[in-house]
Amino acid sequence: MNKNHEPLIRIAKRDAMVWWKAYLIRIVSVILALIVSAVVIFSITKLNPFAVYGSMYRGAFGTTGKTWNTIRDAMILLCISVGLAPAFKMRFWNIGAEGQILIGGLVTAACMMYFKSMPTVLLLIVMFVTSCIAGALWGLLPAIFKAKWNTNETLFTLMMNYVAIYLTSFFVDFWDKKQSHSVGIINLDTGKGWFPRLFGEQYILNVIIVVLLAAGMYFYLKISKHGYEIAVVGESENTARYAGINVKKVIIRTMLISGAICGIAGFVEVAGVSHTISTSTAGGRGFTAIIVAWLAKFNSLTMTLISFLLVFLDKGAAQIASDFNLNEYASEMVTGIILFFILGSEFFINYRLILRGKHKEVAAK
Amino acid sequence: MAKKILAVVLAVMLVLTSLAACGNKTNTDAENTLKIGVILVGDENEGYTYAHIKGIKDAAKSLGIADSNILWKYTVPEDQTCHDAAVDLVENGCELIFSNSYGHQDFMKAAAMEHPEVTFVAMTGDTAKASGLPNFCNAFTNVYESRYVSGVVAGMKIAELVADGKLTDANYEDGKVKVGYVGAHPYAEVVSGYTAFYLGIKSVYPDVMMKVSYTGSWFDIVKEGEAANAFLADGCVIIGQHADSTGAPAAVEAAAKNGTVAYSVGYNIDMLSVAPTVALTSATNNWSVYYTEAIKSFMDGNGVPTNWAKGYSEDAVAITDLGPACAEGTAEKVAEVEAALKDGSLNVFDTATFTVEGNVVTSAFATDTDGNFVPDADEAVFDGYYHESYFQSAPSFQLRIDGIVEE
Repeated sequence: MNKNHEPLIRIAKRDAMVWWKAYLIRIVSVILALIVSAVVIFSITKLNPFAVYGSMYRGAFGTTGKTWNTIRDAMILLCISVGLAPAFKMRFWNIGAEGQILIGGLVTAACMMYFKSMPTVLLLIVMFVTSCIAGALWGLLPAIFKAKWNTNETLFTLMMNYVAIYLTSFFVDFWDKKQSHSVGIINLDTGKGWFPRLFGEQYILNVIIVVLLAAGMYFYLKISKHGYEIAVVGESENTARYAGINVKKVIIRTMLISGAICGIAGFVEVAGVSHTISTSTAGGRGFTAIIVAWLAKFNSLTMTLISFLLVFLDKGAAQIASDFNLNEYASEMVTGIILFFILGSEFFINYRLILRGKHKEVAAK
Repeated sequence: MAKKILAVVLAVMLVLTSLAACGNKTNTDAENTLKIGVILVGDENEGYTYAHIKGIKDAAKSLGIADSNILWKYTVPEDQTCHDAAVDLVENGCELIFSNSYGHQDFMKAAAMEHPEVTFVAMTGDTAKASGLPNFCNAFTNVYESRYVSGVVAGMKIAELVADGKLTDANYEDGKVKVGYVGAHPYAEVVSGYTAFYLGIKSVYPDVMMKVSYTGSWFDIVKEGEAANAFLADGCVIIGQHADSTGAPAAVEAAAKNGTVAYSVGYNIDMLSVAPTVALTSATNNWSVYYTEAIKSFMDGNGVPTNWAKGYSEDAVAITDLGPACAEGTAEKVAEVEAALKDGSLNVFDTATFTVEGNVVTSAFATDTDGNFVPDADEAVFDGYYHESYFQSAPSFQLRIDGIVEE
C-alpha cells in the first residue's frame, strides 16, 4: 500500500527534516508566481512588470489612507474567518457566512435607523448584541437540523444565505423611499451609531474588536476543553461519541459561536465601515473567508497574514487598473496567478501535514 | 551596429522630448496643474459612462489640461468603494472630483464633509442644495428637452403611418395609437423624461396613449428586450426607452423583420448599429458643455455652481442622427422645435398641453425638504409651465399626467 504512494512518503520525509522548508516552498511559490505574472504582464500589456508590482504595493500601502483601508478590509475578512474557523475545524461546512454577515449587518442598520435617540455607547452595545444574536440564529437553525436529523449543512447554510439576501433586499426597498434600491448612507448628517474615532483614527475600534475575537478564538481552539471537543468531532464523530462527547451539543454550540462572530462581522462592516446596507454588503467575503480559514488551518495568526495577503492582492489589482489604464479584468489576472501559486503551494504543504498529523494523533492516542 | 545607433538616436530623442515637456510646463499657467478626479459607474464600454468620459476629455482638451492630470476610477459600484475612491483621489492631489451615477451621491457627500478643501460634484444628484456644503455640487442636463424632440420625431412617424394606412386595430386602444416606454426606475428623472417624450409625440399627433413599464435596472439587455417584446405583442407602434442598453431597439428590429410595424427611439447613443431599419433617433447629452463650464469656473476661482442644469440653450442636449426610417419632413420639424426650445418660446411642460385627472395643473412643488422624497417646497408652476430643473439640477417633475399608464 505504502509503496503505491511512494512520492507522498518522500515528501513526508522531507518535511520531517525541517519546518522552515514549508515556508521555503511558500516563498519559492510566490517568487515563481511573480516571474510567471511578469511574463504574462509583459506579453499582454508590454508594461514593465516591476512598475506593475510597485503599483500593486502603492495600491495597498501607498498612502496613510490606503494603508488604513487595507487594514480595515483585512480586519473584516479576518473577523469572518475567525467565525468560520470553529465550524470548519468541526468539519461543519458552514458556507452560510454570507447570510450570517448580512443578517448581522441588517439588524445593525435597523438599530441605526430606529434608535437614533440612544446615546452612542449604548447604541453601539445594542447593535453589537443584536447582530450577535441575529448571526447566531442564522447559524443555529442549520446546526439544530444537522444535530437532530443529520440534514446536509452545506445546502442548509447556503439556503440561509438566500433567505438573508431576500430579507435584505426587502428591507432596503422598505426603508428606501425613493425606490432607488439603496438606503444610501445611514445617518450621514449625524453620524449616529457610527464607530467613533479613537486616537484620531477611524478604524481603531474595528481593529480592537477583531483582534480580541481572533485572540479569543486562538485560545478557545488551542487550550479550551470546547476547542478539544471541536477537534475530536471534526476528526471523527464516532470517536467523539465513544469518548463521551455530546456531539449534538458541540455542533449546536459551535455554530452558535460561528454565526455570532459572522454577525459581528456584519456589525463592524455596517457600523464601522460602510454605514449602509445592501445585498452586496457581504460581497462574497463569506466565501473568501473559507479559503482564509482553511489555508491557515484555523490558526488566528496565520489567518491574519492570509487576510492581509488577499486584501493586498485585491487593492493591488485595482491600483494597477487605474495606474495603467487597464480594465480591472486584466489586473485581476495578475492576482489570479499569484493566488493560484500560493494556493497550490499551500495545498501541497497541507496535504503533507495532514498525512503527518494523522500519524501523530494515532501515536498520541 | 545599426541597432546601437538607433538606440542612441532614440535615447537622445527621449531626452529632448522630455526636456521639451519640461519647458512646456514652466510656460503654462499655474491653473493647468489642476488635478481632476473622476469616479465612473462603468467604463468606456457602457454608453452612459462613455458619454461622460468623452465630455471630460473634450473639456480638458479645450481648457489645456494634460491627460496625466485627470485621474480615472472606472466601474466604481455605488457603495463604500465610491467613498474609498474619492478619498484616494484626494490623497493623490485632486482638487475637483466628479462622480457620474446617482447612487454615488451619498458617498461623495460623506467625502465632501471630510475634505472641505476639495470640491465634489455628484452628477445627476439632488441633495447638494439641501446639504448646505459649499464644496458639494450637483449637475444635470435638461435632457427632457431632447426627449421632447425625440418625441416629435416619433410623432412625425406615427402621423405618417396613420396617413399611409399602415396601422391595424391592434395598434389602437380607445381610438388612440399605442406607444410603449421601457423605463428603468420610477424616479422623477424617468417620469420627467417619459412625460416630455409623450408631450413631444402629442405635439405632432394628439391621439396617442403611452404605456410605461419598469425594468428595475439602469442596464439590463434581457429585461429591456422582454419589456419591449411585451409592448410589441400589445400592439405598440413606438418603443421609447429610459434605460441604458440596446435591448429594446434590438427587440424592435427583430420584430420588424417578422413584419411587425414598430419603431424605436433610444437613449444616450445612436441605436442605428443594432436597429438600422427601425431606430428613429436617440435623446442624448453633450456633457462636455457642463464639464467645460464647471472646470473653467473652478480654475477661475469662482467655484463650481451648486446646481447646474442647461439644455438646448447651451447645446448641452441633442438628438442623434435621424435614421432612414424617419418620416418625411422630420429634419425640418426638428430644427423648428429645437429653435423654439433654444429661444425659450417653447416650454416642454406647458400646462396648457396636459392634464392630471382631467384638470389643468396650477400648482406643483419641486423640492423635497424633509427627506421623504415627496416635493413640499418651491412652487414650480408659474408663467404657464412647470419649471423643470429650475430649483435643482436633477429632474423633479413627478406628476402622472393623463394619457400615460404605468404598468
